[in-house]
Amino acid sequence: MHDIYNLVTGPLAWLAWGIFLVGSVYRLAIMYILAKKKDAASMAYMSWGYSLRSIINWLIPFNALGWRKNPLMTVATFAFHICLVAAPIFLLAHVALWDQFFGITYPVLDENVTNIMTMIVVAAALVFAARRIFQKEVRYVSGFQDWLILAIAALPFVTGLLAYYQVGNYQVMIVLHILTGEIMLAAIPFTRLSHMLFSVFTRSYMGSEFGGVRRVKDW
Amino acid sequence: MGIKDRLIEDVGLREGVKRLTEDKIEKVVQAVLKGETGARLAAYNEICMRCGLCSEACHFYLSHDGDPSYSPVGKVQQTMARLIKTKGRVSPDEIYGMAQIAYTECNLCRRCVHFCPVGIDTGYIMSTVRRICHKLGVTPQYIQDTAHSHSATFNQMWVKEDEWIDSLQWQEDEAREEFPGLRIPLDKEGAEIYYSVIAPEPKFRTQLIYQAAAIFNAAGVDWTMPSEPGWDNSDMCMFTGDFEMMGRLKRRHFESAQKLKVKRIVMGECGHAFRSVYDMGNRWVAWKMYPVPVIHSIEFFWELMKQGKIKLAKKYPGPVTVHDPCNVVRGRGHHEKLRELVRFLIDGEIIETASNREHNLCCTAGGGVINCGPPFKNVRLDGSKAKAEELRATGVKTIVAPCHNCHGGLEDTVHRYKLEMHIKFLGDIIYECMEKPS
Repeated sequence: MHDIYNLVTGPLAWLAWGIFLVGSVYRLAIMYILAKKKDAASMAYMSWGYSLRSIINWLIPFNALGWRKNPLMTVATFAFHICLVAAPIFLLAHVALWDQFFGITYPVLDENVTNIMTMIVVAAALVFAARRIFQKEVRYVSGFQDWLILAIAALPFVTGLLAYYQVGNYQVMIVLHILTGEIMLAAIPFTRLSHMLFSVFTRSYMGSEFGGVRRVKDW
Repeated sequence: MGIKDRLIEDVGLREGVKRLTEDKIEKVVQAVLKGETGARLAAYNEICMRCGLCSEACHFYLSHDGDPSYSPVGKVQQTMARLIKTKGRVSPDEIYGMAQIAYTECNLCRRCVHFCPVGIDTGYIMSTVRRICHKLGVTPQYIQDTAHSHSATFNQMWVKEDEWIDSLQWQEDEAREEFPGLRIPLDKEGAEIYYSVIAPEPKFRTQLIYQAAAIFNAAGVDWTMPSEPGWDNSDMCMFTGDFEMMGRLKRRHFESAQKLKVKRIVMGECGHAFRSVYDMGNRWVAWKMYPVPVIHSIEFFWELMKQGKIKLAKKYPGPVTVHDPCNVVRGRGHHEKLRELVRFLIDGEIIETASNREHNLCCTAGGGVINCGPPFKNVRLDGSKAKAEELRATGVKTIVAPCHNCHGGLEDTVHRYKLEMHIKFLGDIIYECMEKPS
């Protein structure tokens, strides 16, 4: 067990971070080159001001028409994304690892807070899953990839909770937790999780076109 | 559930797919995907999270009791997503269904943009599907006929050059009875305004030219119309996916204005022609924006109003509701000017529909859908149920709709859903209410 633990916290961790970082840079670079080559008729309209205007307005809950018409999804998706990013970064146990391996420390959130945030991620993932099963317009377009990325995103949090509350074998659970976390990182550049990389640009383009050409808001 | 359950016979689509093989389809799809699209489509395809939020944006989805195969993402799933996934290896029969979705079940109105958190433009995706269908030779017959007319005559309705000039002179002649001294000046070099129309105006809505002439005459506008091809600003080729021809049409239109050395082009109350000059046609010919300033009638009438050049003898009896055409409102932000103008023209209030301004619900006719003709009329009108309900809820008798396509579509909608409403162009109202020589 100890060897496996060393494997997942050592070489596999380096591998996962490597795939995530190098893969992300690679995907962004390739996409940029492609855009320069083939999308001049869109790139010409890109504007910082309208991009930011669009991003900011879409980051305000219930501001865009789409958010207002789907209140449950608005709450779920905002809570999910905020907690998914913030909880792992500011979790005491994670910061302790940064300290242990690299001597890096920074402020942490109270454990109760990160606990609740983790539960929120799991709960929101359940909302997404329920939509995929019960809402026909979502079910109609859901495929293997959609379920896969939902599982990839949710599993580190599920296993994290189980490990924290010592449900089942702690050692197995913590290894699973680390492993699923690494899978998530490595999957970001190469699955639909890449919306983390690209949506800022698609949002910016839409904002630029609606602001600059159409002179209306895109939210 | 899906397009297979609702295929409609159209000779253009049917004859088109008969000539196809899977190899041919694959080759064309690859040519378009690799040659004409890039990071934009690739990103859209990759990061659409299939959340379904866009569904409620779409009047086709709303009007079909939430049938998911009509939602924007549902339509993408059945067309572009499948083409990308199979790398274009699909059967001719599938292309039939894809063409029917892209040409007749999406108005390219882009309302779904307001619903997509990651900023996916389904209108662009559907235009690209149409582009592929065009290159495969699978287009609905009626709209293809208008595209052929564009290729042969540079106008949409097979109007011959002498018929065009004759129609203008006929209208001038008629109008001089009511407005002595009125002219429709042809080919006047250096005029302030070049007035451009769509070919259905000389063909069967000639009174619109009459009304415009009357309004310009009363306002003392220095204007002209060209006698040569280029006068028609409409662009059905943009909607069939014949982008080469779209580019030729734009060049011809602007060249005819440049030849006359006019200051500005004023466009009649049309939506799609406007889209073609600031959004699609200009891009195809690599102009970031049009080379001669173009303004829409809404803006021009608004200017005339602000300058005090529209003198009213009476106000039009309100209340009215305003229909926001997607290509001039979501496309160009003219909603407030439109309302200012309408308030100036009517006696009474504007009762808004539930979805208004840039969040408007589409008339279900735009994007070339009405131009696909009688085979698809019923499906179009089924799709306008949501719009009809919003219109009915206003309880008014008059809809102001400054777009030909919306006009045609709303007339059918009013009839089908027994709304008992009248649809007016701005020009109709201004002409009716303006001061006239007694």
